[in-house]
Amino acid sequence: MQESELIQTLFRQEFSKMVAVISRQYGLTYIEIAEDIVSDTFLQATESWGIKGIPPNPAAWLYTVAKQKTLYYFRRNKILHTKIMPELRSNKETSEEINDVSFSSENIKDSQLQMMFAVCDPVVASEAQIGLALRILCGFSIDEIAEAFLSNKETINKRLFRAKEKIREEKIKMEMPDEKKVRNRLDNVLHIIYLLFNEGYYSKTQNQILRKDLCLEAMRLAIMLSEHEATNQPKTNALIALMCFHSSRFASRQINENDLVLYENQNEELWDKDLIKQGLHFLNLAAQGNEITSYHLEARIAHRHCVKEDTQEKWEDILQLYNQLLMINYSPNVALNRTFALYKAYGKETALSEALKLKLESNHFYFLLLGELYEGGDNKKAIQNFETALSLAKTQNEKQGIQERINRLT
Amino acid sequence: MKEFALLFRQPDYDYSKTPKEEMQALQKKWQDWVGGIAAQGKFSSNGVRLATEGKVLKAGGVITDGPFVEIREMLGSFIIVKAGSLEEATTLAHGCPALDAGGSVEIRPVFS
Repeated sequence: MQESELIQTLFRQEFSKMVAVISRQYGLTYIEIAEDIVSDTFLQATESWGIKGIPPNPAAWLYTVAKQKTLYYFRRNKILHTKIMPELRSNKETSEEINDVSFSSENIKDSQLQMMFAVCDPVVASEAQIGLALRILCGFSIDEIAEAFLSNKETINKRLFRAKEKIREEKIKMEMPDEKKVRNRLDNVLHIIYLLFNEGYYSKTQNQILRKDLCLEAMRLAIMLSEHEATNQPKTNALIALMCFHSSRFASRQINENDLVLYENQNEELWDKDLIKQGLHFLNLAAQGNEITSYHLEARIAHRHCVKEDTQEKWEDILQLYNQLLMINYSPNVALNRTFALYKAYGKETALSEALKLKLESNHFYFLLLGELYEGGDNKKAIQNFETALSLAKTQNEKQGIQERINRLT
Repeated sequence: MKEFALLFRQPDYDYSKTPKEEMQALQKKWQDWVGGIAAQGKFSSNGVRLATEGKVLKAGGVITDGPFVEIREMLGSFIIVKAGSLEEATTLAHGCPALDAGGSVEIRPVFS
């Protein structure tokens, strides 16, 4: 591997771990200092490795340097003696060596888990939570976050700055909340992971590597939750299952952007069988307990889509799942998918009368669906709806697909 | 958007002799109907489902076995929907499977 490439990979893998460990040791107040120290470590790696070559164990090298830098900073800094030490002493009953920054795998795991709960503290605004999660938990660069959100560096920087300030103001601590709080906060944590995954899966950016990385990071975080007793809940497993099933179709989806219509054209051979199997494993684990969350329902829908049969039974099942999902959590997208399932299960006529009630007039998928439902029965109305969809569609790719459907009818 | 309760009444809730497949089809019908309301973003919450047996207390300490002697339809369950007006809420009630079972849907605004 090239040196620059290696550093980039290591940055993605190690940045979040090191920031989490340092923040845990000295407190979240110093999250920015932690980021600076770790960034500085990577800078030094770039310089040093360029001259001396790559060390035998690059990660260990990084840990050692980061540790030195951390200790140097906090020892030199008076804050250590006046503020942190007394507080650390009062928090920790035992008189263990509090100056030690440990990058043991156990400590990394615990620190990252706590960091996840700190980032998802409800006092942090939700759009900042996602940015912060990408930065602190997934080690994304500000540029990458800006690209993922179709925003600019400055906006993202401001947003993250405010979020970190909020963390300081509210004195959010790095600690595992008690069991009751874990249960309440877990929903928030899972939601952030879900949003991260969606950001990757339905990303509007053209950067394929970034998209895939977002999804993988989301899965990594969720799996980390499943490895911890308090957070290994049925809904955690349901979310993992959901992500496995969706990711299994990643390769076949990349050729076509438009999933609602083009699912039928996907090449099954490209579906990842291992991930589907993994998904089933987690879906089984998710079935323990009494609670049915939207993750459960979405996972089951996604699983149904992993088998490419086109039977009425399949679509009736999917329709029932969408019915339940809408009752828990309405979204225009789910409403459209539900109507599509209704069409596949009971035909165009039934679906059309239901679709007309939806009135999602700024949504091009809505008119695409109406066009499809009119097609064959009233082609004039089908064309009208496709044309409306065409005028509302955002990407060139979508416009082209819709134009082809219009051409077929005229 | 205001909230309205849709109260379902049917003359009969005895499904003990109904075959399993028919029960499933009936459940699907209910789910599809409620799903249609939810798809419009107008579903608010599921009410409780009431069992068929019960007691009625009347003035003077008179207790009778069921509330159903004098009325033809009994309350089975209800849902809460969101609608702009009573008329709109009534439109949502169309297609309710209780109607197919010879029952009715009562639409009542909910105080909030």
